[in-house]
Amino acid sequence: MFVGTGRFRLYAAVAAGSFRRFATYRIATVAGVFTNTVFGVILTYTYIALWDEKPGLGGYDQAQALTYVWLGQALLTTVAVMGGGFEDELMARIRTGDVAIDLYRPADLQAWWLAGDVGRAAFQCLARGAVPMAFGALCFQLALPGDVLTWLAATLAVLLGVVVSFALRFLVALSAFWLLDGAGVSQVAWLASTFFSGMLLPLNVFPGALGEIARALPWSALIQVPADVFLGKHQGMDLLATYAFQAGWAAVLLTAGRLLQAVATRRVVVQGG
Amino acid sequence: MAELLRHEKGQAGDLAGPGRLADGVPDRPLDRARDGLRAYRMIAAMWIRSTMAYRASFAMTAFGNLAATALDFVAILLMFSQVDALGGYRLPEVAFLYGASSTAFGLADLAIGSMDRLGRRVRDGTLDTLLVRPAPVLAQVAADRFALRRLGRVTQGLLILGFALLALDVTWTPLKVLLIPLMLVSGAAIFMSVFIAGAAFQFLAQDASEVQNAFTYGGNTLLQYPPSVFGKDLVRGATFLVPIAFVNWLPGLYVLGRPYPLDLPSWAAFTPPLVAVACCALAGLAWRAGLRSYRSTGS
Repeated sequence: MFVGTGRFRLYAAVAAGSFRRFATYRIATVAGVFTNTVFGVILTYTYIALWDEKPGLGGYDQAQALTYVWLGQALLTTVAVMGGGFEDELMARIRTGDVAIDLYRPADLQAWWLAGDVGRAAFQCLARGAVPMAFGALCFQLALPGDVLTWLAATLAVLLGVVVSFALRFLVALSAFWLLDGAGVSQVAWLASTFFSGMLLPLNVFPGALGEIARALPWSALIQVPADVFLGKHQGMDLLATYAFQAGWAAVLLTAGRLLQAVATRRVVVQGG
Repeated sequence: MAELLRHEKGQAGDLAGPGRLADGVPDRPLDRARDGLRAYRMIAAMWIRSTMAYRASFAMTAFGNLAATALDFVAILLMFSQVDALGGYRLPEVAFLYGASSTAFGLADLAIGSMDRLGRRVRDGTLDTLLVRPAPVLAQVAADRFALRRLGRVTQGLLILGFALLALDVTWTPLKVLLIPLMLVSGAAIFMSVFIAGAAFQFLAQDASEVQNAFTYGGNTLLQYPPSVFGKDLVRGATFLVPIAFVNWLPGLYVLGRPYPLDLPSWAAFTPPLVAVACCALAGLAWRAGLRSYRSTGS
């Protein structure tokens, strides 16, 4: 029990430190908010044109579609759709051999980086998510949920999305043990997550089998699922099933990460030693 | 150290250039431009040689660049799998606007796309190294980390432009044919001026490199759709404030035979070269002002 609380305090401290670290770059944050807002405005107009042409597309009315746009901008950095979280840093540590020091620490490698990534996500959700969302709500007709419970439900879905995203990027980072330069893998991961997360276009709008496949893949847990929870598309048992979908992918991918890590650490040769 | 650097910067910015140092030719703007281009060519060639040391890696990253930039068009294709027209424009017409904007932006990105790293150089003090070299700083920063893989975006833009030109139902006149290369070159120059102005802004706000993404990548996204999709104010802003509408909207709509949402005379379709020159001049002034205000971190 004592060990348990000690562990928890360690990871909480890592998460808090990561939150503060990202909060240091205020001008970069303001710049990011500005850019997210500009993209939000551009996408809003294209969605208005699309939903004018075909009302009710993907089961959304226009207000819901526009809410989707601004949620996407809010979650873009939170769930690190385009990467840019911890994985570049971990890959660099693997390449230089610094990862040996990480493995030497009395903390779990995966849990350490997960805690850091959750801290980062919390900051970016608050700083880079809230302001563009407020701007969108002021300038356009959005469908924001009226009750607190839906907001809470959506927050949990976002948290699970962050964990799934982390688990995917952890696998990407570990590829550096074999490839040393993970740029190619990062790029493929970036492509897949931009396309299949629903960042490009809601997955409900994808035609036929492509849509079915896209909605079953783990990336849908990043944007599409939290957005649908926010828009109140999942209620009651359906909501639980949705969480189970996210948690299931998180468990599978985190386990895969642990297995890969075990294989990697058995063959790691620290460079320059 | 700071004193010395200011002194050196004055020299690098105002007087020196390879030509000047080598043969004592008086410093005229034309000579400076020639020196700059020469330095740019040499640095870019160096980066190309270093890229080509790993040919397989180059081929993969160039293909990756092509695939990544094609995602925008995949989104448009997915939209058109559900509807027949967007803002009153059919797929070949949107593809034409997309191809033109993507090619112009791709050319600018290929030429000077690494300039958004300037903020990092200011922050870690490595800009000082560029200031003491006898070559125009703008040329050095523009050619820094010249990434040939960015041909991927240009290729992708040209492919879609080619598809659009085949699929379009337009009565071609010599003027319209001439307008297409003119549009691509002027558009690239307009986007380059946005890159340079963005870099100049980073002298003031080093961490704000993302702001320029709103105008470069954001502008490119905006131009991929017909102007009838957007609100009047946004179109006004893109025409008169940051005049990216001259990249492909105005000339492109003339080719397509469509009216521009704002009341502009039809000869406005032929003004992109003038707009490009004016934008580049303004961006050049912004760059000078930015460089003059630069103070080294001193570390």
